[in-house]
Amino acid sequence: MATTSTSLESRVSIDRRIKDFSFTIFLSVSIIASLAFIFYIIYRLYNNAGFLLSWDLVTFFPSYDIDTAGFQSSIMGSIWVVGFATLFAVPVGVMTALYLEEFAGKRNRFTALIELNIQNLAGVPAVVFGLIGLAFIARGPLSWGFTVGSAAIVLAMLILPVIIIITREAIRAVPPSYKEGALALGATHWQAVSKLVIPSAVPGTATGTILAVSRAIGESAPLLLLGALSFVTFNPTGLDSGFTILPLAIFKYASDSREEFQVLASAGSLILLAILFAMNLFAILLRDYTLRKRNV
Amino acid sequence: MASATLVSVLVTVGIVLSLIPTTFRLLREITTQIFGTVWAPLFTPSQYGMAPLLTGTFIIVSIAMVIAIPIGLASAIFLSDYATFNLRRIVKPILEILAGIPTVVLGLFGLYVVNPEFVEKYWPIGEPLAYTALGAGLMTGILIIPIIASVADDALSSVPRAMREAAYALGATRREVATKVVLNAGLSGVVAALILAFARAFGETTIALMVAGSYPKLSANPGDPMQTMASFIGFAGIGDAEVGSSAYNTIFLVGTVLFTVTLILNILGNRFISRFREAYE
Repeated sequence: MATTSTSLESRVSIDRRIKDFSFTIFLSVSIIASLAFIFYIIYRLYNNAGFLLSWDLVTFFPSYDIDTAGFQSSIMGSIWVVGFATLFAVPVGVMTALYLEEFAGKRNRFTALIELNIQNLAGVPAVVFGLIGLAFIARGPLSWGFTVGSAAIVLAMLILPVIIIITREAIRAVPPSYKEGALALGATHWQAVSKLVIPSAVPGTATGTILAVSRAIGESAPLLLLGALSFVTFNPTGLDSGFTILPLAIFKYASDSREEFQVLASAGSLILLAILFAMNLFAILLRDYTLRKRNV
Repeated sequence: MASATLVSVLVTVGIVLSLIPTTFRLLREITTQIFGTVWAPLFTPSQYGMAPLLTGTFIIVSIAMVIAIPIGLASAIFLSDYATFNLRRIVKPILEILAGIPTVVLGLFGLYVVNPEFVEKYWPIGEPLAYTALGAGLMTGILIIPIIASVADDALSSVPRAMREAAYALGATRREVATKVVLNAGLSGVVAALILAFARAFGETTIALMVAGSYPKLSANPGDPMQTMASFIGFAGIGDAEVGSSAYNTIFLVGTVLFTVTLILNILGNRFISRFREAYE
């Protein structure tokens, strides 16, 4: 930003300087408050439940007995559900993005409609995805019940628009000269796309997918409607298996009136945050790495 | 590949088809009861007055916006006009982490820390108990701060440098440039940020359910427990409602309202975003 020299600054009236100074303070306090909040929340959780952190917490199953209660089935449930959701959503999302960016041709009424649809789908409240899951997948035509499969489809629908938007950005970020160079050397459109555009867009897509997946791991509302807030003492064994997920296991312990279980809920939150921070960190490093590589 | 594109359309069609028929079936049954003041669809006899859900939603979203607008906009202005390049590189990822905190963790914090330690102790009206709308509003506010900050920052950062430099050349101070020139030039993006954040707060389920409880009280006191439209869906959906029962139908009715309102807000918000993109990119 432009730097004003001291001699100029001294000509600014006292009144304006005070206003500027207070505004700077206000901005700094606001940004520090929102950043400090993250550390405060972790500090409070750790203060409350740090002493509980051990492998037992991850290996024990849910129980009404506080000494042997843990999160194994919910962690496994989250891995199963989000894993399959990713498996469903990524191919569809990537193909949609590729079609819109490389094959749909000029913007026409069809692509404009699809774009509007994707934008708005990304803004639909998460709990509404639970409703379509309840009406068509768990009950109704598909009647798959409250299973890992139903939950995976619901979360896949939830992250699909995010993956499409992110992949399109990754494809758009590939320098056009890559493709133009290939075309000039006589490559077909498909060769240029499959050998150059797609490989160059992989890191950006991967970063975005990790962020979308970490959002799915923390998501709780839609699966409330799919029976995930239940006491599950076994790990999922397949798509037809019953399940619970880590956020809802936390929710369940949190609504218990006994204080020990509330501590357990805080401990679960620490595990959840640790998983998400690890994924976020990985995504940020991956983004930094690819940016540096491209700038060379 | 074109058929993959249709999946996203199918999802939207699926949402509409899952909501509309059930909603209309129930509406034909309850008609004007919806304007009543008692919401008790899960009891017999059922009562369907939506007023408690509407006020609960309105109060919690308003508190969230009051908290998030100043802090979110201040963060955006800080990032676009005050922070150095390196500071920005550190602050942005941390804000992304705040955006990534799961709602269940924010809800837990609201329930165990904000409600007992702040609302119960300091709220002057009535006697706040374990569940309060105020706590839920505060935590929802924290949820949407990063949304306002990041969308508004995108808008403010895309305001051309020349406009800033012209203002500096005329002797404007940094605050004057940021608030009188940049904020005005990026206004449509800022409006978009507020609309999208509002929509997010409006549809938030878990925080409202954990912190404001599940009692649809018709009250204007934020120290009371309240239910929002979204948290009602979460609450009623927990107890495996039988298909076709009035509990089952009601969550689709409320879902339709939720979906329609957020759809309108999102269309509006995205229109404002494309307006500033057209202007500056």
